Amino acid sequence: MLRSRRRLLSAGAASLMVLGVAACGGTTKDSADNSGPAAAQSAAADPNAKLKEGLKIAFLPKQLNNPYTDVEVGGGKVAAGELKGEYKLVGPNDASASSQVSYINTLIQQQQDVIGIAANDPNAVCPSLNQARQAGIKIVAFDSDASKDCRDVFINQASTQGIGESLVKMASELAGGSGEIAILSATPNATNQNAWIEVMKTELAKPENAKLKLVKTAYGNDDDQKSFQEAQGLLQSYPNLKVIVSPTTVGIAAASRYVSSSNYKGKVAITGLGLPNQMREYVKDGTVKKFALWNPADIGYLAAYAGAALASGQITGKEGEKFKAGKLGEYTVGAAGEIVLGPPTEFTAENIDKFNF
Amino acid sequence: MSELRKRLASWDSIIVLLTVFVLVVASFSVTNFGTSRNFTFLILDLLPIMLVALPMTFIIVTGEIDLSVASTLGLASSIMGYLWNQGLSIESIIPICIIAGAILGAINGFLVTGLGLPSLAVTIGTLALYRGLALVVLGDGAVADFPFSYTGWVTGTIGGGPVPNVLILIVVLAAVFGVILHATPFGRSLYAIGANAQAAHFSGIRVARTKFWLYVVSGAVAGLVGVLWTLRYSSARADNGAGLELAVVAAVLLGGVSIFGGKGSLPGVLAGVVLLAALQNALRLQDVSGQALNIVTGALLVLSVLLPNVATSIRTTWQRRRLRRAATV
Amino acid sequence: MTAAVAAPRRIFSGLVKVRELGIILALVVLVGYTAASNPRFLSGQSIRDILLNTAILAVMAAGQAVVVITRNIDLSVGSVLSLSAFTVATLMSDNPGLPMVAAIAVGLVVGGAAGLLNGVLVRYGRVPALVVTLGTLYMFRGITYSWAGGQQVNADELPRHFLTFANDSILGVPWLVLIALVVVGGVSLLMRNYRMGRELYAMGSSPQAAELAGIKVARNLLGAFILSGALAGLAGVLFAARFGTVDAAAGTGLELNVVAAVVVGGVAVFGGSGTVWGAGLGALLLTVIGSALTVLDINQFWQQAIVGALIILAICADRLVAVRIARSLRKKDSHV
Repeated sequence: MLRSRRRLLSAGAASLMVLGVAACGGTTKDSADNSGPAAAQSAAADPNAKLKEGLKIAFLPKQLNNPYTDVEVGGGKVAAGELKGEYKLVGPNDASASSQVSYINTLIQQQQDVIGIAANDPNAVCPSLNQARQAGIKIVAFDSDASKDCRDVFINQASTQGIGESLVKMASELAGGSGEIAILSATPNATNQNAWIEVMKTELAKPENAKLKLVKTAYGNDDDQKSFQEAQGLLQSYPNLKVIVSPTTVGIAAASRYVSSSNYKGKVAITGLGLPNQMREYVKDGTVKKFALWNPADIGYLAAYAGAALASGQITGKEGEKFKAGKLGEYTVGAAGEIVLGPPTEFTAENIDKFNF
Repeated sequence: MSELRKRLASWDSIIVLLTVFVLVVASFSVTNFGTSRNFTFLILDLLPIMLVALPMTFIIVTGEIDLSVASTLGLASSIMGYLWNQGLSIESIIPICIIAGAILGAINGFLVTGLGLPSLAVTIGTLALYRGLALVVLGDGAVADFPFSYTGWVTGTIGGGPVPNVLILIVVLAAVFGVILHATPFGRSLYAIGANAQAAHFSGIRVARTKFWLYVVSGAVAGLVGVLWTLRYSSARADNGAGLELAVVAAVLLGGVSIFGGKGSLPGVLAGVVLLAALQNALRLQDVSGQALNIVTGALLVLSVLLPNVATSIRTTWQRRRLRRAATV
Repeated sequence: MTAAVAAPRRIFSGLVKVRELGIILALVVLVGYTAASNPRFLSGQSIRDILLNTAILAVMAAGQAVVVITRNIDLSVGSVLSLSAFTVATLMSDNPGLPMVAAIAVGLVVGGAAGLLNGVLVRYGRVPALVVTLGTLYMFRGITYSWAGGQQVNADELPRHFLTFANDSILGVPWLVLIALVVVGGVSLLMRNYRMGRELYAMGSSPQAAELAGIKVARNLLGAFILSGALAGLAGVLFAARFGTVDAAAGTGLELNVVAAVVVGGVAVFGGSGTVWGAGLGALLLTVIGSALTVLDINQFWQQAIVGALIILAICADRLVAVRIARSLRKKDSHV
């Protein structure tokens, strides 16, 4: 025992020396160059290039078993059909970045032409996406952006600013202009969620919203059960809570289900971004007065067309380039390769039956 | 002669042959499986399981288990992200993470050998504890801006060819662990401990001390894999490697190591790891959902223990019948 | 002579009681502290939520406790839960007219069959329970995944009476909680007062001695695994009713929580000791910790670390008790 202790000590001392030596110099956060070799930019765009047929278009959503995702990639499938391309859907069963990487690698092997990806972690997928680009594959991020230097374009549901503003507007109406509100988000790393939450905070800081107080942002990880329990926790911890804003379809459905079956029903309002089919029940029973969303099928549809335009050389992802996206009409690539789908729709008890997705 | 036949019929040689068979068949029948790029991906995918499986084999051979490895990996990854944000240099962070892993392993080792607690329960406890601490250290966030000179090395290949850099690491570590297990008195003593700890103790083997150091090594390797994982995905996260412990244990048992200790070989384990990774890779290339592979993994795991048992019982029935026939004649 | 035998037994039963008292004490302190800082913790809705959250874990812990007492383990429970939940949810969405009893029966049968497979492999295949149930953990999950694909059964596809079952109550006690109480109470009684229960303890204390003593080890072992599987199946039905949304990932990783509840509840992993109601208390304690952290606004991240520390503390305490008993027994021996 004594000997082993002495050995442990000497090992400790040795490692401390290593640290001492290493601390004197080396690569730190400030000195590091963390950008890999960026994929070579293709030649200039040719707006008159014909859309190629037979393109292999693969979709890699955050995870497979998610009704919102199903609707999204469903739109991509329709577009791939119109483009006479080959549609493929792959993805992990859990929303983790490391499992997405394995799928990207497989898609590289299968020599796809376009990968549409909703990134679980903007950076973790980056090295693989750049390998894919080096192999000539066009990368279209949708729903949740990957890092800017490893994708060609990003299909944004609606401008970040627009979504954040409309979320705060709905919350303010439901709270009657004053009171405590809380956010129930997806995963803490989800790029889109965090961007919207940032805008919401800026909006809430404005004088007209001074009486609204954001008490907490909870994370349900886009997991139904976790979101359900997080909603429970919010209501327990904040007795005066007036509104829960959940900018994710999983979260808003779980929170609504909890509230509709508890004695908080009628006292706490739920709003956010949800799918009409999932929310219909709670809108009808009065738990939810209004919520918003764009048509998710259009995102997949637009992503497929953008991918085809990239693969055909119509666009390269530079600001100002234009392309036609089938039934949705013409779109322009914005700053940093962003393509904005359009403004979200608000759903209420009056109009919800007109929508089926 | 019978020794050779026994050797050939043992599960670890069957698994090696099976692995070679799967690799050959997949190379010919699965498009893109036999390419050099796919080889790189395959090695990168099996890297964490392979490295963690090495010390795990030692521990299971002595009749214990370490279920906390994946959480140790996650905590090392969290520490790495935290220290990087604090401005430490990566050259000092990497050894710190490995030492942190060793300390976490030492805690397991102390609880198991010092207090005499059952390793299964202890490491289920530390599985939760270490993963929890990983969340405490880094929270839900991710740290991503690691230097390309390091992240690029982990994902890169030797001279841009088909051989990934990390393969060197795998080969060196596997060789070291293999030689220690199969060609040193220390390695033999592990089998003795697993077969009968009390007898080993009375024959002069320091059972507790040996087990303690095995846990330290297991922790250190898990810490190292935490670093490699973080660099591969250039993302330090508290949930890195979650659930990996079951995959590692499955691979080790599939490789013919007995859960009761005292039996198993490192080549068998290496084959088990490669077999699982190759199957997964090939099925994914065939657009078969990775989850369908769960059924194969589970079935292989059960069969790896079930078949030898069935074979033995059939053999003894035969022998008994032959003896009985001989007696009646 | 009789006194010499009775004394250690009294110490033994005293210590075992202390073991469960320890959990109750921890619960009281935790609830008291949390309620003092936020009285809403003891509001009707809050207590209801905690009990509802405990119910599913407690049902599974009861089955797991029985298996662990026989010196085995069942790691497949999380996967069995998802298989049963998905089966029942699909069944109910296709046949909305089916009564709740039918759903529960289907869940029990699916789980029981899975448990039977585990038991047969352990007993007749002579494969260690850890290996078998680790294997079936993958297999059952894989079966659910390949059956469900990416599908999900949503709340709006399930019949009303199935969903309201989770929230309906009888005399103020929700059905879910009532079921959990009946399960934990019933299995406790079985283990305490009935022949089969005592035989299971004997098997856990010494498998060889139990066999030599003429205990029907095979039948009892199969019984234990079928019970654990069936209760995991029942938990699947409760899960589907409570959460209303079921996909193939339901209950992933739950096996560790269940084992944790059992270990914290004082069931020794080497078998032969511990009680089922202790395991139920363990489940309650783990759930209360989770809720208390939310209410106290302590970073949720600490929850898992605390659970881990608690497991280690619990096995240390058990070890201490075992050492003391051994010492007191040895002392008695030396006097004789």
